[in-house]
Amino acid sequence: MISSTSETILSIEDLHASVEDQEILHGVNLVVKEGEIHAIMGRNGSGKSTLSKVIAGHPSYKVLSGSIQFKGKDILELEPEERARIGIFLGFQYPVEIPGVSNLEFLRVATNSRRKELLKSELDTFEFEDLVKERLKIVEMDPAFLERSVNEGFSGGEKKRNEILQMALLEPVISILDETDSGLDIDALRIVASGINRLSQPNSATILITHYQRLLNEITPDFVHIMADGKIIKTGNKELAVDLEKSGYDFIDKNTKEKEMAK
Amino acid sequence: MTQSNTVEEIVSQPYKYGFITEIETEKIPKGLNEDVIRLISAKKNEPDFLLKFRLRAYEQWLKMKEPDWSGLTYSKVNYQDLVYYAAPKQDIKKKSLDEVDPKLLETFEKLGIPLSEQKRLSNVAVDAVFDSVSIATTYKEKLAEHGVIFCSISEAISEYPDLIEKYIGKVVPINDNFFAALNSAVFSDGSFVYIPKGVECPMELSSYFRINSGDTGQFERTLIIAEESSSVSYLEGCTAPMFDTNTLHAAVVELVALDNASIKYSTVQNWYAGNEEGVGGIYNFVTKRGECRGNNSKISWSQVETGSAITWKYPSCVLKGDNSIGEFYSIALTNNCQKADTGTKMIHIGKNTKSKIVSKGISAGQSKNSYRGLVSISPNAEGSRNYSQCDSMLIGDKASANTYPYIQSKQPQSNIEHEASTCKISEDQLFYLQSRGIDFEESVSMLVSGFCSDVFNELPMEFASEADKLLALKLEGSVG
Repeated sequence: MISSTSETILSIEDLHASVEDQEILHGVNLVVKEGEIHAIMGRNGSGKSTLSKVIAGHPSYKVLSGSIQFKGKDILELEPEERARIGIFLGFQYPVEIPGVSNLEFLRVATNSRRKELLKSELDTFEFEDLVKERLKIVEMDPAFLERSVNEGFSGGEKKRNEILQMALLEPVISILDETDSGLDIDALRIVASGINRLSQPNSATILITHYQRLLNEITPDFVHIMADGKIIKTGNKELAVDLEKSGYDFIDKNTKEKEMAK
Repeated sequence: MTQSNTVEEIVSQPYKYGFITEIETEKIPKGLNEDVIRLISAKKNEPDFLLKFRLRAYEQWLKMKEPDWSGLTYSKVNYQDLVYYAAPKQDIKKKSLDEVDPKLLETFEKLGIPLSEQKRLSNVAVDAVFDSVSIATTYKEKLAEHGVIFCSISEAISEYPDLIEKYIGKVVPINDNFFAALNSAVFSDGSFVYIPKGVECPMELSSYFRINSGDTGQFERTLIIAEESSSVSYLEGCTAPMFDTNTLHAAVVELVALDNASIKYSTVQNWYAGNEEGVGGIYNFVTKRGECRGNNSKISWSQVETGSAITWKYPSCVLKGDNSIGEFYSIALTNNCQKADTGTKMIHIGKNTKSKIVSKGISAGQSKNSYRGLVSISPNAEGSRNYSQCDSMLIGDKASANTYPYIQSKQPQSNIEHEASTCKISEDQLFYLQSRGIDFEESVSMLVSGFCSDVFNELPMEFASEADKLLALKLEGSVG
């Protein structure tokens, strides 16, 4: 899937970022190319979610130094909505409920804002209904969810499927899926994973943030990164995730300590 | 922090309806006394009973004290410094729209209320009130075919004095409160609606109130009567130019629903709110009350309050008839230095009466937004039920929201439920919408619309999108 001529989609260099005046990321480096699937693993509090929020442009997170480039362009000055329109998608770990706002209308407005950027025609209500019904199949969702308010009263699994539905509609260039597997039962995990697989394109890329090997049994990553204390401390292939599952994070800690000692 | 600052910028939009129409106006001299009341009455050729009604009200008003219990602070009105009657100079008894001063038609067109035959709204009859007088009412003839009377209250006083004498001041007595007494003494114009027995009004009825003069008090009076088994939906809208002085608007609205009748009364209030520092703007001190006099009758108030420096009003329902229903759906959006103290009173008297209250308050800037409501269940109102839901949304950290629910039940076989919530416009919700490509402004306005959706669903169709637009306009930023 990956060829040496693949274009770089995302390039993060020595990124330091803070939230509420506390530095969380202490120099993250990451390069993601077309067609690649990356998994980022690590303990709670290691900075995985912070990294995803910083890439998407959450206003509470401040970049202290370093850079994030999307297809060679600096995106740090872009608003979250501008980042979304050029094709950066964040699948939330805890999608918020938005009472009173129709899911269908929300999905339509979001889809149209992305289409506008791609110089595609905006879809009216009828055209959009056709599109969304087709995409619903990818996540095996009941059309009744369109009539409800955004995520309101959805179960954990339904919320995650709604996220993947948004991904299917927005056709992002890079999808960062933050613990999309958490809180899913086996069936829901299979549906969500097969949705992600179906949506991956040779010219797009995916970053999976996860704690568990079980998602990676369904989606094979090209790279596995281990994050600790706001840095990527180890990068390997899918075997790294298997090792991690077997031996736990302690084995990583030991390894890194030894390395540092050697220095 | 920066985020909420931007939200504040977004909600601080310039007022779109602040223009003044240059027109020759006939005004009586400033001040209030018995002679002024006689003069107003004479100008309108009123029957004797009405002059007496006005004078009785004036006498009561003199004995009353301006209320100050609400916690609203405002510079007191000098009642001798107001003009109590102002009218554009033209023949008041115009026969058709062709005779109305084109400048006035133009004014209403600018406000989005075209009156002329070609342009008027196709399924809404409009009564347009400019300062103290009604200048035109559309679709009168078509309504008359169904026996529906829709005209200015001045016209009704001369054409249907018996109906006026029978109903005026019966729901809101002249001594009900300070501002109602003042209105009863000096009211200038307003709308009158009469729906005969068994008639379902064939179109929406609408009154549009425009204040133009700066020093003129606006005292309109509306009376709606729905006879047995009839129904009507009525809308009112209001705007005013920008003045740096405060203009008093003290209206009285009375509704009467007889057996099996239903009245739906909707308001979009967008009076000038004053500038960012709180200079100028309308004092909107209004008494609105409906009486479900008949069994199985229903009165439903819905309001979208976005304007006025101060809004102080409680559209209420007196549920006299057995099985009668009262409803109140409200959205109040305040910004800058605006203050709103609004809510409702549901007075349960008949058996098995039901009431429902849904109130949404949104406060931005340094504004104060309070819900104040009374649910009272009398000893005879067996089997009565009330449900109240009051939600407040805060934008920024300088605005305030309060809820004051008063509940009095003297009937053990009744059921009262009250729910209240307060939330801040959530950064996470905003970020969620933005991260899907929806720009910041549209995200804010989506969240506010979503917050208000329960109430929007209750507004008449033509009106719901209008109200949504009005909120969006208030929330619209400088970009695009």
